[in-house]
Amino acid sequence: MIEYIITVLLIAAIYAIFALGLNLEWGFTGLINFGHVAFMAIGAYTTALLCFSGVPLLPSVIAGMVLAGLCGGLLGIPTLKLREDYLAIVTIGFAEIIRFLLLNEEWLTRGPMGLHGYSRPFEELIPGDYNFFLLLFVLVVLVVCFLMLEKLIKSPWGRVLKSIREDEDVPASLGKNVFSYKIQSLVLGSTIAGLAGSLLAFYLQYINPRNFMPMETFYAWIVVVLGGSGNNKGTLLGAVILWSFFSGTRFAQGYVPISPTQMGALRIMFIGLLLIILMMFKPEGLLGKKEELTLMK
Amino acid sequence: MLSVQDIDKSFGGIKAVNGCSINVEEGTIAGVIGPNGAGKTTLFNVISGFEKPDNGSIIFKGENIQNLTSFSISRKGLIRTFQITKALTRLTVEENMMLAPQFQHGEMIWNVWLRHIEVKRQEKENRDKAISLLEFFGLLPLKDEYAGALSGGQKKLLEMARVLMADPEMLLLDEPFSGVNPTLAKKLLIHIRELRDNNGMTFLIIEHDMPMIMQLSDFIYVLSKGKVIASGTPEEVRSDKRVLDAYLGGV
Repeated sequence: MIEYIITVLLIAAIYAIFALGLNLEWGFTGLINFGHVAFMAIGAYTTALLCFSGVPLLPSVIAGMVLAGLCGGLLGIPTLKLREDYLAIVTIGFAEIIRFLLLNEEWLTRGPMGLHGYSRPFEELIPGDYNFFLLLFVLVVLVVCFLMLEKLIKSPWGRVLKSIREDEDVPASLGKNVFSYKIQSLVLGSTIAGLAGSLLAFYLQYINPRNFMPMETFYAWIVVVLGGSGNNKGTLLGAVILWSFFSGTRFAQGYVPISPTQMGALRIMFIGLLLIILMMFKPEGLLGKKEELTLMK
Repeated sequence: MLSVQDIDKSFGGIKAVNGCSINVEEGTIAGVIGPNGAGKTTLFNVISGFEKPDNGSIIFKGENIQNLTSFSISRKGLIRTFQITKALTRLTVEENMMLAPQFQHGEMIWNVWLRHIEVKRQEKENRDKAISLLEFFGLLPLKDEYAGALSGGQKKLLEMARVLMADPEMLLLDEPFSGVNPTLAKKLLIHIRELRDNNGMTFLIIEHDMPMIMQLSDFIYVLSKGKVIASGTPEEVRSDKRVLDAYLGGV
């Protein structure tokens, strides 16, 4: 049982990091990124592949983050000058391109076979339950990300991001380079997604393109919206709730007379219902500020 | 200070600005009046870089600026406000103010970490300045409210206060008095004069409130159908027959 809880917390923590990146982009800058999972995939594959070729762990993780951030920046350059909804279309396309690349470039990624057998941080030094150690490790990373983002959001830099979310003409009229800030937000958000990808690879021990379906992006969206857009604490809460729910229903599987496939579909339906109810009664999200929402144009 | 020459700007078949030229001397207040659809706001958009002119040139402090982006024009000290007020809804009144100062250290992501102390000091300076400006505009009690919660007139004042936080050399004000109550409008008028006289600030102001703009301006341009149809001191403009026909009507 305790092992089970550790697993749930681990995956929740990894997705919390992943969703924090999205919250920076959407919750604070107003960028609609529907391809967030691509950067997680880039982080995971880069780290795993570099580990294979004998690169030490820390540089492999950093390389994954840098590559994810770089891709975010490159994607932003042609799209962020367009109207915001175009970013949504381009990012969702980009995520699928990345997934198909991973699926088809078998010489590099082993395609649908996926990658496994890469090393994990301090694996040989941990005597007991490795997942427990990994949980602590991931929690430390999560806390660092959270504190860093909170500090940035409260800084003048974060204030410019929020002003872009509200109305980008105002910061532009006050001498702020809006395009540059959007790129910075996208790069940082993508870097964080890349980091989450590396951690996911360590947790799963086996990654393949099926881990990076478009739905993963929308799990992050659910987490952000559930907790309250533009609220990092809400994002943490959202991640815990979503993954407790997922694993809780998996747990209930033994007691209800329906097949696992039906259960899987039912879960998604229930999440949909939950979001509808949330939007009706608490549209600002669990920790969102009601006043903010009533002010929306 | 600002010289706009032969600006054209069309949207589809409509020539919003059609060969418009204006000149604003340093340390003066110039007014722009004209009927709705005369091209006043488009002219502002073009000067401030939010729209690119089809033709013509804009020279600010001896430098061509018609090809610059809006933010780089603003960095040169030429800053605008908007006719339809743009308060940053989900930022507090104080945050709105704190956004405005240019070249803040803390706006660079690295400096948030590397120059932590300097950023903090600058934030304090800016906060003090924000508070004194908010006090002047009567918005101080609202400083922790969301800007979206303010009334239309208060938003107009906030926008004015915010733009002053940016230390402009020249301000383009788009209907600064609309929706502002007469007492405050009077106060604002006096303040604009003080800024001109004491700080040498230059103004270009669009305004529909005739008595106000006539009192305030050193020089007035009258726009109609994208062209300057008359210009001169308020007295000259007031008695110009073309202006009466085009705009002032039976006044």
